[in-house]
Amino acid sequence: MVDLTTKYLGLTLKNPLVPSASALSNKIDNIKKMEDAGASAVVLESLFEEQIRMDSDDFEIGLEAGTESYAEALSYFPKPAEYRLGPEMYLKHVQEAKTAVKIPIIASLNGASVGGWTEYAKEIQQAGADALELNIYYIPTDLDLSGAQVEQTYLDILKAVKKAVTLPVAVKLSPFFSSTGNMAKRLDEAGADALVLFNRFYQPDINLENLEVEHSILWSTPQARRLPLRWVAILYGRVKAQLAATSGVHNASDVLKMLMAGAAVTQLCSVIYKQGIDQIKVVEREMVRWMEEHEYESVQQMQGCLSQKNCPDPSAFERAQYMRALSIYKAA
Amino acid sequence: MNKTYTTIDGNEAVAYVAYRCNEVMGIYPITPSSNMGEWCDQWASEGVKNLWGTIPQVVEMQSEAGAAGTVHGALQTGALTCTFTAAQGLLLKIPNMLKIAGELTPTVFHISARTIATHALSIFGDHRDVMAARMTGFAMISSASVQEAMDFALIAQVATLESRVPFLHFFDGFRTSHEVSKIEMVTEEIMRAMINEDHIVAHRLRAMNPDKPVLRGTAQNPDVFFQAREACNPFYDRAADITQKAMDKFAGLTGRQYQLFQYVGAPDAERVMVLMGSGAEAAHETVEYLTERGEKVGVLKVRLYRPFDTKRFMESLPASVKTLAVLDRTKEPGALGEPLYLDVVTALHEALAAGYGSLKTMPKVLCGRYGLSSKEFTPAMVKAVFDSLSSASPKNHFTIGIDDDVTKTSLPYDPEFSTESDKVVRALFFGLGSDGTVGANKNSIKIIGENTDNYAQGYFVYDSKKAGAVTISHLRFGPKPIRSTYLVTKSNFVACHQPVFLDRYDMLKPLIPGGTFLLNTPYGPDKVWDQLPRPVQDSLIKSKVKFYVIDAISVAKSTGMGARINTIMQTCFFALSGVLPRDEAIEQIKYTIKKTYGRKGEEVVAKNIAAVDQTLANLFEVKVPAAVTSKKELPPPFVAGAPQEIACSLGRIYGNEGDSLPVSAFTPDGTFPTGTAQYEKRNLALDIPVWDEKTCIQCGKCVLICPHACIRMKAYEPKYLEGAPATFKSTDARSPEWKGLKWTLQVAPEDCTGCILCVEVCPAKNKTEAKLKAINMRPQAPIRFSERDNYNFFLALPELDRRKVKVGQLRQQQVMQPLFEYSGACAGCGETPYLKLLTQLFGDRVVAANATGCSSIYGGNLPTTPYAKDKNGRGPTWNNSLFEDTAEFGLGFRVSLDKQQEFGGELLRKLAPKLGDDFVNAIITANQTDEAGIYEQRERVAALKQKLAGDTSSEAKMLLAVADNLVRRSVWIIGGDGWAYDIGYGGLDHVLACGRDVNLLVLDTEVYSNTGGQMSKSTPRGAVAKFAAGGKPLRKKDLGLIAMAYGGVYVASVAMGAKDEHTLKAFIEAESYAGPSIIIAYSHCIAHGIDLDRGAGAKQQKLAVDSGQWLLYRYDPRRTDKGENPLSLDSAPAKARVQDYLMSENRFKMLTKSKPEDAKRYFEKAQADADARWQLYSYMAARKGDAAATATAATA
Repeated sequence: MVDLTTKYLGLTLKNPLVPSASALSNKIDNIKKMEDAGASAVVLESLFEEQIRMDSDDFEIGLEAGTESYAEALSYFPKPAEYRLGPEMYLKHVQEAKTAVKIPIIASLNGASVGGWTEYAKEIQQAGADALELNIYYIPTDLDLSGAQVEQTYLDILKAVKKAVTLPVAVKLSPFFSSTGNMAKRLDEAGADALVLFNRFYQPDINLENLEVEHSILWSTPQARRLPLRWVAILYGRVKAQLAATSGVHNASDVLKMLMAGAAVTQLCSVIYKQGIDQIKVVEREMVRWMEEHEYESVQQMQGCLSQKNCPDPSAFERAQYMRALSIYKAA
Repeated sequence: MNKTYTTIDGNEAVAYVAYRCNEVMGIYPITPSSNMGEWCDQWASEGVKNLWGTIPQVVEMQSEAGAAGTVHGALQTGALTCTFTAAQGLLLKIPNMLKIAGELTPTVFHISARTIATHALSIFGDHRDVMAARMTGFAMISSASVQEAMDFALIAQVATLESRVPFLHFFDGFRTSHEVSKIEMVTEEIMRAMINEDHIVAHRLRAMNPDKPVLRGTAQNPDVFFQAREACNPFYDRAADITQKAMDKFAGLTGRQYQLFQYVGAPDAERVMVLMGSGAEAAHETVEYLTERGEKVGVLKVRLYRPFDTKRFMESLPASVKTLAVLDRTKEPGALGEPLYLDVVTALHEALAAGYGSLKTMPKVLCGRYGLSSKEFTPAMVKAVFDSLSSASPKNHFTIGIDDDVTKTSLPYDPEFSTESDKVVRALFFGLGSDGTVGANKNSIKIIGENTDNYAQGYFVYDSKKAGAVTISHLRFGPKPIRSTYLVTKSNFVACHQPVFLDRYDMLKPLIPGGTFLLNTPYGPDKVWDQLPRPVQDSLIKSKVKFYVIDAISVAKSTGMGARINTIMQTCFFALSGVLPRDEAIEQIKYTIKKTYGRKGEEVVAKNIAAVDQTLANLFEVKVPAAVTSKKELPPPFVAGAPQEIACSLGRIYGNEGDSLPVSAFTPDGTFPTGTAQYEKRNLALDIPVWDEKTCIQCGKCVLICPHACIRMKAYEPKYLEGAPATFKSTDARSPEWKGLKWTLQVAPEDCTGCILCVEVCPAKNKTEAKLKAINMRPQAPIRFSERDNYNFFLALPELDRRKVKVGQLRQQQVMQPLFEYSGACAGCGETPYLKLLTQLFGDRVVAANATGCSSIYGGNLPTTPYAKDKNGRGPTWNNSLFEDTAEFGLGFRVSLDKQQEFGGELLRKLAPKLGDDFVNAIITANQTDEAGIYEQRERVAALKQKLAGDTSSEAKMLLAVADNLVRRSVWIIGGDGWAYDIGYGGLDHVLACGRDVNLLVLDTEVYSNTGGQMSKSTPRGAVAKFAAGGKPLRKKDLGLIAMAYGGVYVASVAMGAKDEHTLKAFIEAESYAGPSIIIAYSHCIAHGIDLDRGAGAKQQKLAVDSGQWLLYRYDPRRTDKGENPLSLDSAPAKARVQDYLMSENRFKMLTKSKPEDAKRYFEKAQADADARWQLYSYMAARKGDAAATATAATA
């Protein structure tokens, strides 16, 4: 019997299969199904700080529109003593998830400024989450904002949250840094307990019929795995933070490759959206089969075995790789 | 007991007591009483308990009559039950009130007294409604102030329980119901001490109980009815004593001693005024002022009007009285006098005979009317009445407060006379509804009321327009309870929150010399003077005004407050008025900000606090120059070109001079001209749409959706372009039939409200810059005058001959002239586009019956009406009868018109020898199913009139009088869902069953919009509304399905924003159907909690249809005749989840914030509702032959 346990965010997980933050985890039923299917932990969908604020503003504007203007209708809605405009629903969801399943619950918090983070992080901790993933989802469209400033914002956010909570904190970041490795190192130094590589942004598209720009989810393809694979491999053993790989993890071989690159866990999203939550079982089963066939005893045994540090050809993870890939292609 | 103070309005004060002393409330919304029911519903939904620890049951009914029936039932089975209403609502309760009183059942009906509709409807206050209930056998107790309203709510409760006589507790609508006042609370402790629980137990024991069965509600015969009716007398004989006893006990607990008749004034008064309601407070204040100056005057306040205690009445009058003026706030044409007067005369007569009291000779008694429909009743008027009493032959049956130049009833008065005390700070604020002025003022009253020993009073005057509504706040603060139940006319402080008001209001007139004027303006202290109109400069100089300016808009912007200037202007008030020490006031504002916004995060609090600090740094005193420099005069209220007679009457009302119009300015029967909204140019929009003729595809969608008929299209001969203004745009018409014609899309720049709906629905996009459409919003100010010229030129272009328009095609149909324009509806209104379409299609022959509600308010609230006339002078003729009877009212139109047409045909046949058989036949058999047919019939009728002109025979005269009705009339019965689904449903159902050719248009906003968003039976499941604060648990009534069950009714369910051509088709089909038709029109509404200012309406309609929440269909009985299925389901299967729609509207979304578990459950059920509805309708529509049977089965 192979040992699939792995350590992530101070937790011992029964395997490295963790559904990533998505709307699937909005339903307690789904979280239960994930546990039943063998998930070792669940990252809840993000609490969007900005959305809470906008939601609350829009909501109050909507309730106030037309009030105190016309004698017969000085308002249009009853005013219950209390509306739950803040993260109450999210916190309740965290509590319910904790009660419903035994596997760890990793809450996720999304924002782009130092603002309300710390308060929400504290409340998430109080609600019983086992760990917190900071999803710094940010497209810097301001042309006057330098890379250094953007990076500093990431660090400030992390430090503020770390100061506010005792929970382990992971940072989910984008691959769009001039020096991803340096950024990872600085986050590591700033106290990140784990790094989640990488965030997938919604990407815009153009609708030719109505001339509108649309956003929709772009499902990851197996090819998407290559990007996190590279950076997991490069960072493994060079930062204290544990590494979680996400994007393009669709089957057992993807998981195995990520583990060998150095990931402590892999996060699954597109695959369970498309093929159902039960697919986790299949991935686990096939992982076990492969490991047994190849006589691996444990996940920890293979973890990082093909990281840049441990692989026979460290340069394979560097830019030259591109040239070589091309030359091999031509030769073929 | 410790005294607890609160600032509260009259309605809440009453509801507070009623809720705690009862366990069942039957309610129905009606202004100005709605809030009482709303409070109770809200408290119940929040789990607030009554005195005995249980949460009352609050039940909304389909009408006040229904509420009264439920109350009667609840009382009969032993519950402590009350209700709230006003005006027509009270009238609807009268039949049950007679039963309740006849059965000696204790209850209190709380009435915010309101005018009854006669020649016109009025939502404001007088005693006509309560006076109509005099004969019910209810005791009647009158409160004159917010304090009394709270106190008497309890006293009435105590007295009814002991006496078993039901009580009607009334107070003046708006003046008391809506005045915010600092009062002493009646605590629960006091309530408990007042109520004898033995009386509650006795009430329970009298209840219907099958364990001890009784029979009530019998039918009695001439042998016994009379005697049995007299059996209740002892209870009425005791009721007055019991009430006084309750007042005495209350005095012991609170220190506030009331009497059934309370005299205030000189002990040796010779002239005394008798009245009840809030006017008594103004009289009290005036009497104190005059007696201090040695006048022998007094006022007798009537508290308990029924049963009328003659002895106590007489005992309360001084022996010295020589003349009495009895003032009634009601009018009973043809009566000897108004009710209180008649009672007083009788009481005096009987009391003198019985030897009661100290007055021994019959005084002279005069009768006067005052204050109808909340007309001001001021100390000046009180004094005028006293002055009149001093004259040798005082006028009897007088009126006070108006100028009756027709029957000369009015007393003159000096409007400058004032009793305002120097110790009272008086402040006036002119704001926009949307800028939060009233909210900030209510907040200021709370700050002052709760943090100082001062008493505080706030009264708010609102607009009758819903878009761009102006509010005027009247605030008073002083060391003694404030009895000034009238508007502030001598003010220490005037604030103008919007600079445009300087042109519309003479707002410096009420400012006392040396007073403070605060102006929000973009111009600084050095520049503002040159911007002021001459009369404003003149007043500032003459009155030595302390003049301050603030650029609140800039402060708001710079501190991240957006357009909200309320906190800024409130800070200015506190900084300048001196009502609180400045630092303390600022501290309190900041405290309130933290309290209000704390949970929204530090940032929101910080920006509000920054706004306060920035305000102080940007508030400047203006040095007023010694001389007037401006040449700018105030513009006339109506635009130049308005007919003189209209400008002099309606124009003066619009110019805020309605109070000074004499009786002769009005027709005696409430008739007004139509086509008058065009003379108001309200210039509300900051941005207006501008047409890009190169991008436009001439689809007509923008014209259709515009709620205010402010964007219009015309096709016309090129020759008419001669003399066009330089910036007038024109392009070639694209419709093939209009080849060679020019085409223009034109905006009415001064009428547009800037709602953006037109831009939202525009499907054409600029090919090089896709964010631009064929119309784009641009600032109004720079193009206002050029576009005004263009619009006037456009209006003068000839209308296209209606016979040349393909009415079934939107791109052509929309050239038809709208005869509904520039209404006062909300910007972005979802109802008015349907009405406008109706008038485009049939307006020149529409006879409209309009139910009370939003559509009657924007349709018929003076001074102007949006219903207009075409160049031939034809247009909709419109009337509003009641809320509940509109279908019947409209049916009456049809029956009458049909009869006259039939009679006309009979006369035509009789006169055929003179008129010619062919001519007569042509008229009688005319095909009037299209525009050409109508046109030809009009020609024939015109010829007929000419032929008849010289004929003096009876037949000819009679025929001439009905000849117009030989042209087909289009009868439309219009109303909202409150009417159609609830209060008017019985009539609507009957009218549908009558088979007559009437068209019913239900403007379905799924809520009582006009009274502020109460639940109707149209409200969908899960929506939060007033009276459904916890979300509506049940699904929406399917009115269309019920109507279809008749089989012979044309039924359409439409949503213009989802499928405009479908709406157009439905209107044409409905009108052409010779039997009853009903169109149920989805109307987005401000009460849905959607962002109307950003043009959200059309999008919401589309989402409603896309999600299956709203179905589009047409049921046409004519198809049955052809062997086809009459039902055409015109929606596509749902493309979105119902939840997507629900979460896009705050009315649903708010439940996810207040009761998330319920929201989840209701939302799931809402999806199931939509699925089931779709299955049912698609099944019905797929069947061969008649679907009526299916509909019948489905509704059974």
